[in-house]
Amino acid sequence: MNSAALAAPLTAQAFKSDYKPIWCPGCGDYSVLSAFTKAFAKLNLLPENVAVVSGIGCSSRIPAYTTCYGFHGVHGRSLAAAAGLKLARPDLTVVVASGDGDGYSIGGNHFLHACRRNVDLTYVVMDNHVYGMTKGQPSPTTEPDWDSKLSPGGTGLRTFNPLVIALAAGANFVARSFAGDPNGTAEIIAEAIATPGFSFVEILSPCVTFRPEQREWKQMVRKAPVTPTEDAARAARRLMTDDGMNIGVLYKGDRKPYQPPVGKGKKRPTDLEAEFAL
Amino acid sequence: MSTSAKKSTSSKKTAVRKAKPRVKSGAKPAAKKTRVAARPVRAAKRAAPKAKGKAAGKTAAVASSAEFMAHAYAMEAEAAERYAEFADSMEVHNNREVAELFRKLARIEQRHADQILEQMGWKQSPASAANVRWEGMEGPETADPTELHYLMQPYHALQIALHNEKRARDFFAQLAKSTKDKGVREGALEMEEEEAEHVRLIEEWLKRTPKPDANWQADQDPPVLSD
Repeated sequence: MNSAALAAPLTAQAFKSDYKPIWCPGCGDYSVLSAFTKAFAKLNLLPENVAVVSGIGCSSRIPAYTTCYGFHGVHGRSLAAAAGLKLARPDLTVVVASGDGDGYSIGGNHFLHACRRNVDLTYVVMDNHVYGMTKGQPSPTTEPDWDSKLSPGGTGLRTFNPLVIALAAGANFVARSFAGDPNGTAEIIAEAIATPGFSFVEILSPCVTFRPEQREWKQMVRKAPVTPTEDAARAARRLMTDDGMNIGVLYKGDRKPYQPPVGKGKKRPTDLEAEFAL
Repeated sequence: MSTSAKKSTSSKKTAVRKAKPRVKSGAKPAAKKTRVAARPVRAAKRAAPKAKGKAAGKTAAVASSAEFMAHAYAMEAEAAERYAEFADSMEVHNNREVAELFRKLARIEQRHADQILEQMGWKQSPASAANVRWEGMEGPETADPTELHYLMQPYHALQIALHNEKRARDFFAQLAKSTKDKGVREGALEMEEEEAEHVRLIEEWLKRTPKPDANWQADQDPPVLSD
């Protein structure tokens, strides 16, 4: 987090734009939006010092609903755009919003390398185990036996375990949260932003339209019974054995964030504009 | 109908399973709510100086009258924010009648929050309100978003409001029982009474509100794939 702090902090409301979200009633993403704005307010940020970058999908609508700078990018490529932005403008706080389809399937490769690269970003994935915007196709986190019109009998495919993969790929901060806990989610997002390096926050965000059974998540989630660890091996063991319903900060490392090389070769945006001018 | 459509339909039923009677957008409990809301504030304010640092049993987070008022403020503010969010959602889905009802509920709750600020002499939301942590994930008066449906009717919205007022009443009742702080107990008892009155008002409102018919959720162009 590099943005200048405010003398008089803004309220969470100041980070909400005048656009009304067009998610389905009951969608968990409303609460995630609320958590974003609360986290920004908690950190005393200014909207003009924050950029929210997204890909495609229900969750990726978030930039328009904030007063921060926003970039609604290409499907699965939000991390690439965000990394470029952060490296060009390290003074900005860059937060990336994605979903389980956008982030783990179309953008799966970017996810791996963003973790590995460890640019100072916060990556928030709203996981509802389904492609909601395109009407209910199974995503990488959909259970193998989820039966639907578009996946009769279920896919039979093993689910993607994003937290373990983030940890193995080198993410410096790994957490899971639940949309039904907007205050707790705001705290986790704030901590993720404040932690240098690539921070990954998976938020269980129910899709009540295509996965109505996810209403039960509020009875299933629980605070992780362990404190965050700095030991990646211990974190991996915990993550490999949990049932996906433990919420909280699960791993916090101390890797130094990626910095672009400095020196003679470094060019400012104006230099590049001049170089490429026709 | 597809499997997912079936699932969705059944969940729509469970989404409003608490619903029973029905609302008319005419009568509102706003005025009475507003009048009564000032009392616990005064009681807590009187007791605040001598209440610092005392434990409050099971609800240990509320250790003083000032903390109690911060909780009361946070509860109202959270409820207002959630109802406003619901109103926006209903408006976007062109359910204007329910949008207006939620907007009204949001205004009522926000008025209560503002009154607490005024009575306590706080110029803005106190820092202690931002740090309030509930025993559950959200405040006792904050509505559950998963209860919404784009075709819901005012009756359903009032059912949600009734459920929240009952939870708020029970919260204060529990707090009054568990606290050892006199100021907190007085404030909690008054708030319990206040919330109980809201419960009665909403129950009356529900009686005046038409019940939805059995096919209230029928949609000729459903959002879920069905062919």
